[in-house]
Amino acid sequence: MLLNIIWLFLLVASTVTALMTGNLKNLVNSVPEAAMNAFKLSIGLTGIMALWLGIMKIAEVSGLTNRLSSLIAPIMVRLFPGVPRDHPAIAAMAANMIANMFGLNNAATPLGIKAMKDLDSLNTTKGSATHAMCMFLAINTSSLQLVPFGAIALLAAGGSSDPTIIIFPAIVATSFSTVSAVCIARFMSKLKRFQD
Amino acid sequence: MPINELVSTISNLILILFLVGIPVYGSLKGVRVYETFVDGAKQGFEIAVNIIPYLVAILVAVGMFRASGAMDIIMGMLPSVFLDFGVTSEIIAMALTRPLSGSASLGILGEIVTSQGPDSFQARLGSVILGSTETTLYVVAVYFGAVSITRTKYAVHAGLMADLVGVIASIIVCRLFFG
Repeated sequence: MLLNIIWLFLLVASTVTALMTGNLKNLVNSVPEAAMNAFKLSIGLTGIMALWLGIMKIAEVSGLTNRLSSLIAPIMVRLFPGVPRDHPAIAAMAANMIANMFGLNNAATPLGIKAMKDLDSLNTTKGSATHAMCMFLAINTSSLQLVPFGAIALLAAGGSSDPTIIIFPAIVATSFSTVSAVCIARFMSKLKRFQD
Repeated sequence: MPINELVSTISNLILILFLVGIPVYGSLKGVRVYETFVDGAKQGFEIAVNIIPYLVAILVAVGMFRASGAMDIIMGMLPSVFLDFGVTSEIIAMALTRPLSGSASLGILGEIVTSQGPDSFQARLGSVILGSTETTLYVVAVYFGAVSITRTKYAVHAGLMADLVGVIASIIVCRLFFG
């Protein structure tokens, strides 16, 4: 599995490099720091996670989720054939994608996690990803953000005469990456080695 | 920067629309919004705790990789043909770091902006690449961690390939627009 290979590669390659370059002290120091950082990031999610889970619960109980789902169902059903069109995962994924497009990371992550929880309720092989999850992750990791605020802020801070000039090229490039993510995930979902 | 401000205002309005609009809609539909909110929010901590092991695994490995100096060695081995397209080794370092760490890739872009100038081709290309790619491994760790999934199948393949397409598309688009 790819993640196994990447993880092991990072560990071994860093150690070999550090031994060669004499960076061993740096390497060792980075470990507890990174572990602490991971803990802080996870726990730091709690507040904002609770907020969006609460908001989405209201959306669900009030029937808004269902209305939104039926509105975008024609597209979503084609992207996620394994998910019933009235399932809460549809609305959660749609909300996540909208938040992502507008660069609302604080909302997008909790909504995406909510969507994964909903998708997992359809999962018959717990611990193993479903096709819908892989498609959702592929779309998410292809970058949906239309306007790269971080980069614009950096250009502006550097004294650029026109920092927003990158918006249109960024939208074009990110459209390519998202469309290719959908095509690649769809193609891979047909491969024999990824069936259960 | 009026466009920049307009875009960020629209984004914030959408956030507020979610955050306030949903409870208002709920109450119009007769939902007891406060109780329902609290009921839904209860799961927040459990999910956050669930993510810890996945994020520790990814962030420790990425942190070691950054601290070891392996990135500099990989950069030194890159063929110079990239230079013909205005793709410098800093751009490639940024693109390679992007799936692993958002802050590291933003840091490299910051160096490019400082050394090449904020209106240089490299600074613009780096910005477009940053905008069309994602911190894939981080997203995978958090999303799959939340539902305790370790067999990620083809999600990582597809995400990384999409990042590669994003980088190539960025180079082509930037050559067309700013070449």
